[in-house]
Amino acid sequence: MNSLILRTTTQLMITILLLFSVFLLLRGHDLPGGGFIGGLVAAAAVALYLIAFGADAATLLLRVRPRALLGAGLLAGVLAGLMGMVTAEPFLTGQWLIFDLPGNAEVKLSSVLLFDVGVYLVVVGAVLTMLFALEQG
Amino acid sequence: MSLLDGPTSLLQVAAYIAFAATTLAFIASFVRVVVGPSLADRVLALDMMGLVSVSLIATYAIAADQALFLDAALALALIGFLGTVAFARFIELRRRSSHE
Repeated sequence: MNSLILRTTTQLMITILLLFSVFLLLRGHDLPGGGFIGGLVAAAAVALYLIAFGADAATLLLRVRPRALLGAGLLAGVLAGLMGMVTAEPFLTGQWLIFDLPGNAEVKLSSVLLFDVGVYLVVVGAVLTMLFALEQG
Repeated sequence: MSLLDGPTSLLQVAAYIAFAATTLAFIASFVRVVVGPSLADRVLALDMMGLVSVSLIATYAIAADQALFLDAALALALIGFLGTVAFARFIELRRRSSHE
């Protein structure tokens, strides 16, 4: 679609949408949000770019094929599940790495977050695979 | 305390009036979706319904004193824009194919 208004708006909107999707992904741990809805918002951002600038520009923006995102997400999900093997616990048991930083701060890394990132990537990959197929079909 | 108990403060009275007004606006836009002579009228009315839903959710967030609901309004506003753009593209493609 060749519209200056849409192109200018898209460049502003895509930033907000992607930022909002990451916000939803990270907040999903104990408040509304999570990988699924975050992935949908990110896919909507790329879909907007696809409509405004065309399929070729959207492929360049994405850098990787949507199917590769799908596979990477599934891999992250399985890896997060297998982390329980380290402590001989059942599949998908949450594992935590807690680092103490100077200044009374601590960073908590968990397999739960890795699983949510996997869900995020799978949703982005699946929705974009469909959208690109529709665009070329 | 639930919203069904009735308004407890001036802010909630204002919110209840806003509920009534936005509901009327929602019904009016829905009538336009059904009646609308052309497809463009219907798309615009659907966009309007999306915006009215955003205001309804925002009003509810104020009335229920729950800031979390504002995220739903934000997501709906961002995604509703995409739907209207997709409809606009559909109308453009249809017009182009009917001219050929």
